[in-house]
Amino acid sequence: MTSHWCDFQNTDVILHCGSNSVENHPVSSKWLNKAHERGAKWIVVDPRYTRTAEMADIYCPIRSGTDIAFYGGMYHYIIENLIEPNLADYLAGKEVPVYNFEYLLNYTNASYLLDPEYSFDVESGLFSGYDEATKTYSNHSWHYQTESEEQWDTAGDYAWAVAPGVPEFTTPTLQHPKRDMTLQDPMCVYQQFKKHYSRYDIETVCSVCGMDRQTLELVYETYTASAAPGKAGMILYALGQTQHTYGAQNTRAMSVMQLLLGNIGVPGGGVNALRGEPNVQGATDMGMMVNEHPAYLKWANTTDRSSLRKWLESQTYSDGYYTNKPKFIVSSLKEWFGENATVENDYGYDWWPKVPSKKTDQDYTHISTFELMSQGVIKGYFNWGMNPCHSAPNASNVRRAMANLDWLVVADQVATESATFWKAPDMSPEEINTTVYFLPCALIYEKPGVILNSGRWLQYRYQAVEPWDEAKPDYEMCDLLWTEICRLYEAEGGANPDPILKTKWDYYIDGKIDPRPVAWALNGYRVASSDFADEKVDLLSGYSEMAADGSTACAMWIYSGFWNNSDAPLDPAAQPIGRRDNDDKSGLGLYSNWAFSWPSNRRILYNRNSADMNGKPWAADKKLVEWTGAKWDLVDQADFVAAKNGTPVPPNNKTFFMLWEQNGRLESYGMEDGPVPEFYEPFESPVEKNLLNGALSSPCMRFAEYESTKHGDASDYPIVATTYSVTEHWQTGGQSRACPALVEAMPAQFVEISEELAAEKSIKPGDKVRVFNNRGSVVVDAVITKRLKPMRVHGVTQHLVGLTHHYSWAGVFGTEAATVNDLTPNVGDPNSFTPEYKAFLVDIERAIGGAK
Amino acid sequence: MQLTRRGFFKSVGAAFAATAAFEVAAASPALAVETSKEWKLVNTEEHTSICCYCAGGCGSLCSVRDGELVNLEGDPDHPINKGGLCPKGASMFQLRNIVDPETREVIKNPERVTKPMVRRPGGKDWEPITWEDAIKEIARKVKDTRDATFIENEGGMTVNWTPGIASLGGSQENSEEEYLILKMMRSLGVVAIDNQARV
Repeated sequence: MTSHWCDFQNTDVILHCGSNSVENHPVSSKWLNKAHERGAKWIVVDPRYTRTAEMADIYCPIRSGTDIAFYGGMYHYIIENLIEPNLADYLAGKEVPVYNFEYLLNYTNASYLLDPEYSFDVESGLFSGYDEATKTYSNHSWHYQTESEEQWDTAGDYAWAVAPGVPEFTTPTLQHPKRDMTLQDPMCVYQQFKKHYSRYDIETVCSVCGMDRQTLELVYETYTASAAPGKAGMILYALGQTQHTYGAQNTRAMSVMQLLLGNIGVPGGGVNALRGEPNVQGATDMGMMVNEHPAYLKWANTTDRSSLRKWLESQTYSDGYYTNKPKFIVSSLKEWFGENATVENDYGYDWWPKVPSKKTDQDYTHISTFELMSQGVIKGYFNWGMNPCHSAPNASNVRRAMANLDWLVVADQVATESATFWKAPDMSPEEINTTVYFLPCALIYEKPGVILNSGRWLQYRYQAVEPWDEAKPDYEMCDLLWTEICRLYEAEGGANPDPILKTKWDYYIDGKIDPRPVAWALNGYRVASSDFADEKVDLLSGYSEMAADGSTACAMWIYSGFWNNSDAPLDPAAQPIGRRDNDDKSGLGLYSNWAFSWPSNRRILYNRNSADMNGKPWAADKKLVEWTGAKWDLVDQADFVAAKNGTPVPPNNKTFFMLWEQNGRLESYGMEDGPVPEFYEPFESPVEKNLLNGALSSPCMRFAEYESTKHGDASDYPIVATTYSVTEHWQTGGQSRACPALVEAMPAQFVEISEELAAEKSIKPGDKVRVFNNRGSVVVDAVITKRLKPMRVHGVTQHLVGLTHHYSWAGVFGTEAATVNDLTPNVGDPNSFTPEYKAFLVDIERAIGGAK
Repeated sequence: MQLTRRGFFKSVGAAFAATAAFEVAAASPALAVETSKEWKLVNTEEHTSICCYCAGGCGSLCSVRDGELVNLEGDPDHPINKGGLCPKGASMFQLRNIVDPETREVIKNPERVTKPMVRRPGGKDWEPITWEDAIKEIARKVKDTRDATFIENEGGMTVNWTPGIASLGGSQENSEEEYLILKMMRSLGVVAIDNQARV
């Protein structure tokens, strides 16, 4: 989230799209209701009339998987109704109360000129730069035109970059983009944007999305009221937006909408991902993904990051805060390899594995790992509290793939479907040669540690009780394993032992592995005055103290400052993360003295955008930052350069300082599948034609070529299906199915069917229904409701069904229930590689003998 | 450092029990009737925690007596949930202990596995294994797989990677554990690392 839970109360318009937070993040209701009671309007766009829709003022049904058409229509509406009629007036100096032109012109890249080669071809549905052979884009023509160039001043501000101990690299050249502040140049982002979305008229959007025109117009009119300076609109989303072959473009689409409406960085605004796992924010921050590195840096690879020098030259920004990346990567290496990391050996960079990254290289992300198991490439597999035999798409393919493993290690609290895949109803254990280890883990209140919520708050969990029997915290398991692996390599040698034996692993207190020294590593420390072996640490007060010369070490620069009290380094309660002052001095629910929010305790990201070019807040009663004429008055921590070398920096237009151009991107060269969001149908679509362009599904979609994906056509499987969760259960049910109270409250999974479809298929409430496609077939209970309605898509009736997915065969409270993810397709988004769980095709029938 | 009410409780540990009962009861008319010596939180030690389900980050209070969890409820001082918990959060207690439907006694949750197990090739069931043996066997398998598949150099470039091992998960762990898992896997040369954030 760019915002946080308690900020929901500050909004004027709530838009839920792809989230049912009242059901799935119940605590959100507390804060949404505060806004609603204050008079905020509440809109829900969802295929199903959800519990959240029940709370809202406006409910607008949408066909699963058509979100970009919906957002594109909103852009079109904004351009036609707010920007075009008022732009001339604004440029002539007149006041425009309905639209925030100052934000659009100064804080976004609307005025930037794009490369003359930039284009989009409606007939093919392709942007400039597409390569048919690799199904990828070159982003060359998506960049800006350059006005002038500027070099780093290595004798002044950037002297640190050439100091002793700093690895050598060629410093970047800042290319000042060409701009047209009147927005008239045909190559400016705004004009290209306007042209691009002229196709997204309201009739076309309604036909694609299965919407009713009147409702859609009301949604657009209501939400775009937040474009007025001082008003805030908030988008809340979850997996309904991300689990698509264009999921990353969906999140881009929301960001673009919020930039157009001036809603980013203001109280009650933002782009807010309501994340679903207790520490998924932490795991994302930690970069526990193929290509990622802790704290949003990128992992070493075989192309643009094949050496430390190349990493520095490809990753360091020419301007903005990411000019500091050399400090972050060197400090990360220094924490990783300790004294073994020196400037002479590139701080150990080559000991890190390099991810194969040529466009033709095999992918190693989640979906692909199962192909690689089937091929015998991946032979050993660790599952840390994750249950892919239940949660991964095309789950029967996952079971068969895992049967090829030599060994599997599952660390969990219950014997999950993954731990017991070899005894799934459709498997023959005697034919499966995988050795499976089950390591029992401690529950969350049986161990101490740091956790992050969706609003980026780091909070501390104290240990309340000892784990039952022999269960252990995961940190202890890691230490036992690592110690034994190191012992083996020391004793026997083997394939290059250096990356293992040079790794620093000294997180012990009184000789026992302890999470607190790991917290020091995450916060960062001065190397010369710290000695973990002696339990001594000189903590950094924040990331501004980090250096690129090896004098500081830090695993996670964005967390720096969360654990910075060197006087009591072993006491979490004495650290910023342990703060428990719930007095809210801001009046906006910032709770700045409760725990710690990364980065630097900022509660609302991009908060410079909450004030105008003179530093005056757009909404006087919701002040986050204000320029007094002499200095910045800061209610929240500044997410911009408020002072330099102790001198206040007067307001300027650099409001997004994590980007090199420091303005928000309506158009971005950073995506794999297009510089602006364009609508494509899902991998499995009920229609034969894309009404908006000539490409049916995304030209860059991943993994459709795997034989296991088994595409189904609408002629065989005419019904759109989506999956969702209920409040009583959680994900694959490993925890919630272990709780009798929750099993009693929601004892089964089901398929939700409209009355019309039920009548067509002669299905009665409580019947057993078979839901099937090319990948699988599951029998579940029928729930017939008014919450789902057939839609008119491309002028014809389209049925949708929804499936919950919390049950399966494993566990004492388990059922014989089928695994719903046997049905979902293992195709993915080209940016995030996230699977498309939320829009696929099925057919349904009453199961034989299934009548109640 | 400013001490809040809970911060104060934490810092004085188990000795505050009587004060706690008073404090809580005084703050809540609904609880005031429970100040008798039968009150279930008498002589308990409070530990604050954070929920294990969605990423709301709701605070909870774990009350412990004689080393055993006797109650789990929402943390009233927590600014996000202000004492409230959803159905899942409110039943976190049951992850550890449940009431036996037959005897009405509080027992360990039977669904939970609390000792290491191994399933051998071709086996139809689990077998018990000690931690020591499990760790030894896993480390040996990791080493054998790494040694057999490791690529140190490819086309003149040092790559130091292990295609034969994959690691999945992390969003259920605390951040320190995430770092240790990542550090272990990367230093082994693993690139096939993913977690719940991918899906």
